[in-house]
Amino acid sequence: MGIDRSMLDEIGISNIEELFSDVPIGVRVDGLNLPNGLSEMEVVERIQSMLGSNLTTDDCPCFCGGGVYHHFIPSAVKTIISRSEFYTSYTPYQAEISQGILQALFEYQSFIAALTGMDAVNSSNYDGATALGEAATMCHRLNGKRKFLVPEAMSWEKKSVLRNYAWGPGIEIVEYAFDTSTGELSAEDLRSKMSEEISGVYIEVPNFLGVIDSQIASIREDIKDAALVVGVNPISLGILKPPGEYGADIVIGEGQVLGSPMNLGGPLLGIFATRQEHVRKMPGRVIGLTKDVEGERAFCMTLQTREQHIRRSKATSNICTNEALMAVAAATYLALVGRDGLRKIAEVNIGKARSLMKSVGELDGFVSPVFTGYHFNEFVMKPPIEPEGLNKHLLRKSIIGGLPLDKHVPRLGGHMLLATTEVHRREDHERFLRALAEVS
Amino acid sequence: MYRQARYDRKMIFEKEGETDFAMPIQEELSDAVPKTMIRDRLEIPSLPEREVVKHYTNLSQMNFGVDNGFYPLGSCTMKYNPKYADTVSSLPAVANIHPYQAEDSIQGALQLMYELEKALCEIGGVEAVTLQPAAGAHGEFTGMLLAKAFFAHKGENRTEVVIPDTAHGTNPASAAMAGFNVTEVPSSATGCVDLDALQSAVSENTAAFMITNPNTLGIFEEDVQRIAEIVHGAGALLYYDGANLNAVMGWTNPGKMDFDIVHFNLHKTFATPHGGGGPGAGPVGVKKHIEPFLPVPRIVRKNGRFGLDYDRPDSIGKVRPFFGNFAVLVRAYSYILRMGGDGLKEASEKAVLSSNYMKEKLKGVFDLPFKDLRKHEFVISTKKLKEQKDVRALDVAKRLLDYGLHAPTIYFPSLVEEALMIEPTETETKETMDQYVDVLKKIADENPMLIRSAPHNTSARRIDEVYAAKEAILSWRSFKKKENERGDRPSEEDKGECTLCRSIVGDMDSLKKRIGRSVD
Ligand SMILES: Cc1ncc(COP(=O)(O)O)c(C=O)c1O
Repeated sequence: MGIDRSMLDEIGISNIEELFSDVPIGVRVDGLNLPNGLSEMEVVERIQSMLGSNLTTDDCPCFCGGGVYHHFIPSAVKTIISRSEFYTSYTPYQAEISQGILQALFEYQSFIAALTGMDAVNSSNYDGATALGEAATMCHRLNGKRKFLVPEAMSWEKKSVLRNYAWGPGIEIVEYAFDTSTGELSAEDLRSKMSEEISGVYIEVPNFLGVIDSQIASIREDIKDAALVVGVNPISLGILKPPGEYGADIVIGEGQVLGSPMNLGGPLLGIFATRQEHVRKMPGRVIGLTKDVEGERAFCMTLQTREQHIRRSKATSNICTNEALMAVAAATYLALVGRDGLRKIAEVNIGKARSLMKSVGELDGFVSPVFTGYHFNEFVMKPPIEPEGLNKHLLRKSIIGGLPLDKHVPRLGGHMLLATTEVHRREDHERFLRALAEVS
Repeated sequence: MYRQARYDRKMIFEKEGETDFAMPIQEELSDAVPKTMIRDRLEIPSLPEREVVKHYTNLSQMNFGVDNGFYPLGSCTMKYNPKYADTVSSLPAVANIHPYQAEDSIQGALQLMYELEKALCEIGGVEAVTLQPAAGAHGEFTGMLLAKAFFAHKGENRTEVVIPDTAHGTNPASAAMAGFNVTEVPSSATGCVDLDALQSAVSENTAAFMITNPNTLGIFEEDVQRIAEIVHGAGALLYYDGANLNAVMGWTNPGKMDFDIVHFNLHKTFATPHGGGGPGAGPVGVKKHIEPFLPVPRIVRKNGRFGLDYDRPDSIGKVRPFFGNFAVLVRAYSYILRMGGDGLKEASEKAVLSSNYMKEKLKGVFDLPFKDLRKHEFVISTKKLKEQKDVRALDVAKRLLDYGLHAPTIYFPSLVEEALMIEPTETETKETMDQYVDVLKKIADENPMLIRSAPHNTSARRIDEVYAAKEAILSWRSFKKKENERGDRPSEEDKGECTLCRSIVGDMDSLKKRIGRSVD
């Protein structure tokens, strides 16, 4: 460290103060009131010991989902995203020297296109919830209307983010109910809310209650000309029909499950895909296929006239920095597990959830599953005691419990959302069931 | 001589092999999903791990990051990011925690965020910080929502946001997304905020004035106190775009300059590499009068325990689920601990010295519009090259790549013609900067055809962006569709019929003839 005096000398500056002579005395501060710097060794030790008190999924199985999930990540994902040519590069403004990240992101877009059945995918939004916010405003751009329908059963955090994105353009958020027996959407309620004024309809597959809705394939008939926005869990698309096949205009989702750790909920990966005809209305950076002057295949950022640095206040979105590295992780993950692997993972998730929900339901005092529909890797159950109390009990047994639903879906107060994935071994389920049995 | 790797451009979708991925055995499910919802095929490849790793490793070698070399991309603060941040941000205690875990089980994480907020308060001169926004632009959007909530609470309907014409594009875009009408004010002859123009732009309708200081020309807005008086005098809020904070840490801060709301770009100033586009983090700091509106939850400390407070009736709610990009926050905090107060101040000083050093070395070669003294970055103009040799800033940028040096930001801010915006940062040596200066000087004297046809040594030659925009092929699926539509016949465009290709290929041919050998 230290200032290189020779540089000062060469440019004829006598001291550092001179370089800051343009900062008026009235706004100056005298340094920073922060502790002295530490050595690298001390920094690592300090952070390690501070975070040491966190309980991790290495110590205890986690049955909580609600948007972020504990999945297995093949080792090679980390290998690839740790290539510093990737992770220390900026947004690829200079395409010729950035073909690597550009192709990797184009491949990410291509994987998501294949999964969702859409043609146009951006190279990421911040996360699934902000992607939904941007989808709602894009629906407004598509048809000029200002009412957006969302499921009643949805994460309150996502709803809150959506409201904030809808606030500026003045989009009204209206909810439609779920069917209290199947957990699917209430088609009747949805139809009753439809009108000429509806800009877009948002559905989730699987939905917040973990249910794979069997009526979705014909949803278009119910919503007529409104834009259809589908929120997906991309792993479930290993087995589920792509939204492009049932009329989606926009597909969004949370891509964390594709090779990123939970990280206390960030960074995440906002998936955003749309039909080719809407491409000039979509938000975010997109990578296009092109060629160089030698006619060789090449890649570059494209359709930038939609973006903030050109269109400024008329841009389709303000997004600049995104979650590109997580998108590279997702591409690598999908390449590693491959076509059959993704389907297998989806099946294992379904199988694990099915067996767990049944076993929980066999315990005295527990209702599980609460809904009769098909489930992916989450399900709602009702324990005999308050969910919060149950979670405390589980934590004492070194188990991370589920998500109490009172805050998210007030009608489901006293219920809990449980998630299970391929990482749970039979022993984890048994241990969990034994701990649950202690409160029944 | 620099040579970037060039592998074949095969897509992963064009490769095929036997996968070696396996899951533990499980019973087959005959009815896993509703019949109406079953997928019949999935068109993604199936490959062994070895092939996947080779493919993406080769791609990485066709990419250039800060670890490869100098990357003085103005406005982006591409400093070298020390590797201890990688170590701490990938600890299991960071990676393997769920955001809905009980507060008691994530005390360490809450403590880290609490302490980071406090450190950012000190650095920014603000009274409260939220770590929730995922990037700078997201922080701006959050800030604009805070302004909206603040005035709604006061019962004032202010519909306008004023922004200088030198502002980064995200500023007007964020204000517009929050529902404000944006007024751009022109800069003065000194490249700074024109006080008269500002005075007449603000009114009882103005919610906020958004600026970055130093501004995007790298010039410190010396009239910042007058600016604050004018803006506050109209009852509006002053918003600080913290993208340029790397220039002034420990010398001044936005709070001291009387800003009400500020965002920090942790991925610029605080040890987060840019990941090829992200992730970053864009915490927002505010003065006391804005605090009640901050997103929930707030991280609080009670009796030595850390907790989450959702009970904030005036809060705008959430701008993103959970707490923000936690892994990035861990990096930033480790960097602050390593640097300490003095280290951060010194980082700013060195960044400003580097910038002024390079500026001095270059100002005789290229035009330096506006005043001499710059902060962490400066903008020069290659207008003369355009006039004399028909060489544009874009061409100079491309030619730099041939030397294994990343280009500066170009054509921004738009008020400078043929702009090269250079931000060397504090982590580069004099030798590195001298080399860059020498190369730029050399390029200025090079054969214009060589420059216009650059780059020659990178994985790809000059890219046809017009074709990309026209075709808008954003996925392999879309490419295959187009291919089928055309029945495998190459279109006219595919034969290099665009003007860009013609002129460059033409340049190349005549150049080869002149110097009698291949230039690439
Ligand atoms: C001056 C300025 N403001 C705002 C931003 C936006 O920040 P981000 O890319 O993190 O969204 C940037 C970064 O590109 C910038 O340079």
